[in-house]
Amino acid sequence: MAQERLAAIVGLYEWPKRKDPGVSAMQIKAASIKHALDDAGLSWKDVDAVYDAGDGEGGGLGAVAAYLGLRPNVIDTTQVGGSSYEFHAAHATRAIQEGKCKVAVLSYGSKAATQRIPIGTGGGRAGGSWSTNMEAPYGMTLIANYAMVAQRHMAQYGTTSAQLAEISVATRHHAMRNPQAVQALHDMAVQNIGELTVADVLESRMIADPLHLLECCLVTDGGGAVIIASPEVARTTKKKPVWILGSGEALSYVTNTGDITTSAAAQSAPTAFGQAGVKPSEIDIAMIYDSFSITVAVMLEDLGFCKKGEAGAYIEGGRLRYDRPGAPALNTDGGGLSSNHPGMRGIFLLMEAARQLRGESTSQVPNAKLAVAHGNGGFLGSLHSGGTIILGAD
Amino acid sequence: MPDRPMPAFPELDTQAYWDATKDKKLIYQQCSACNTVVFTPRAHCTGCGSDNLKTLQSKGEGTVYTFSVVRQNRQPAFAEMGAYSIAYIDLDEGFRMLSTVVGVKDPTTDIEVGMRVKVDFERQDSSEYLVPVFRPA
Repeated sequence: MAQERLAAIVGLYEWPKRKDPGVSAMQIKAASIKHALDDAGLSWKDVDAVYDAGDGEGGGLGAVAAYLGLRPNVIDTTQVGGSSYEFHAAHATRAIQEGKCKVAVLSYGSKAATQRIPIGTGGGRAGGSWSTNMEAPYGMTLIANYAMVAQRHMAQYGTTSAQLAEISVATRHHAMRNPQAVQALHDMAVQNIGELTVADVLESRMIADPLHLLECCLVTDGGGAVIIASPEVARTTKKKPVWILGSGEALSYVTNTGDITTSAAAQSAPTAFGQAGVKPSEIDIAMIYDSFSITVAVMLEDLGFCKKGEAGAYIEGGRLRYDRPGAPALNTDGGGLSSNHPGMRGIFLLMEAARQLRGESTSQVPNAKLAVAHGNGGFLGSLHSGGTIILGAD
Repeated sequence: MPDRPMPAFPELDTQAYWDATKDKKLIYQQCSACNTVVFTPRAHCTGCGSDNLKTLQSKGEGTVYTFSVVRQNRQPAFAEMGAYSIAYIDLDEGFRMLSTVVGVKDPTTDIEVGMRVKVDFERQDSSEYLVPVFRPA
C-alpha cells in the first residue's frame, strides 16, 4: 500500500535542562517555539495554527496564543494528559489536509521538578464528582492504577518483575549515550548514575506493588516545541521532513468485565497503522510512553509488536536496545524513565522519533525509516487516552 | 493526622450509593431495558442509554480482580498510614468496584489475584458515611 505523505514534522526543539529554576513554563514554551522554527528555517509570522494542552502558569483557554503574540487560524486546546501531543499531531495533520493551515506549532513547558509536584504519589483525588466520589476514601495514587495493571498482567500471563525491569535497563542504556539525559540524572540526584542491571531495578524500593522505584519515570522540569507543516512547506524547510503517515486516537476506562491489561492503544494503533499502510514488524523505532515499565509492556502488545500477554518474553535479553536486531529500538533518548518526564511526555516521543528519522539521535539506528510514537495520558488501568502517530523518512 | 478524603455532596449520581452505606448496604444498578449491570452509579444505562434503571442490593461477595499495595502517598492523610491495599473487586452480580482488602496480617504478602472476599463497612475518620471494604471470605 502506498504511503501518503499527509504532513511533516519540520522543526523541533527539546529544552535541554531538567531542573531550571530560572525560567517559567511559559518562557520554555515560547523560547522552544522560536528554536523549533529556526530548526525548520521558518519564522514567527509563518505560524497559522496553535495546538496547546493548557500547561504553564496562565495557560489554558488558548492563552498561549496571546502570550506568543500570534493570531492563528486554527486553535486546538485538546487536553488528554501525556498523549495530548499525539492527539495534537493527529489534529494538525487533518487541519493541514483540509487546507485550514500550513504551519502548526505544538509546545510544552513544565516546572514539575522545581515545584516538587508529586505526580505519581500525590493521590487520592478529593471527592465531589461521579468518579472521584467512588475512589476518594481509598487512597488511590496515580502509580497504583498502573501497578494494578502490572499485578493483573503477572497473574494472567506469568509476567515477572525481572522481565519488566528490562525496560528500565534498556532505556537507561540509551540515556547514558544522551548527554542531556546524563545531566538530568545528576540534576535529579539519582543514585547509581550509570548502566542498570535487572538486579538494580529489583533491589530498588517498592513504591506500589509490584512496581519498584526504578520502574517509575523521573519528575523533571522541561518542555519543547514541534513544528508540523504541510507537504508544500515541508519541501522548503532546512532539515529533511519527517512525514506523518497515520494517526489514531482512543480513550479507555474501567468497565465491569473489561480486560485491564488492554489499553487504549489496542484501538488507536490499528487505525494509525492501517492509515499508514505500515505493519508493526516494519517499525525501526518505537517511542512508547514510559511513565512506568508496565506502560511499555502493555503497549508493545497493543501496538502489535507481540501478542497480548507475551511482552514479558519479548523484552527479555535487552532486545529493545538500539543496537539489537529483531525488535524496534525503544525510547532511544532515555525515555521518561531515565531522561525527562515533566508530567506530559508525549511531545518528546514525537521529537526523538523525528531525530531518529533525521539521523540525529544519540543512539542512532542506522538508516531508520519508520517510527511509531505512542502517547498515553491519564491513568492506565482506569481512564486513560492513547494517541498513535506513524512517522516515516523519505 | 488529617481526615482522609471522603465523597463530597451534593453529587447527584453517587448520593444514593453512599446513603445506602449507612445501613451497611452495597447497591448497584441494572438496566430494565437491556439488563446491563451499571456501576459506578449514574442516571443512564451505559449499554443502551435508557434512564430506566433499577437499584439492587449486592450480596457483597466477590473476587479480587487485581490489587496493589501503596507504599508511598504524599497526601498528608495517607502519608503516615503505612502500606495499604487498593483493589478492584469483581462482585458476583457482575460489577467491578475499586476498594481495599483489609483484615490480612500483611497486605504485601497476604493478598492474591483471584482470592474470594466479602464486603464490610468501616467508619473512616469523622465521616458520616461508612466505607465499603473487603475482607477475605
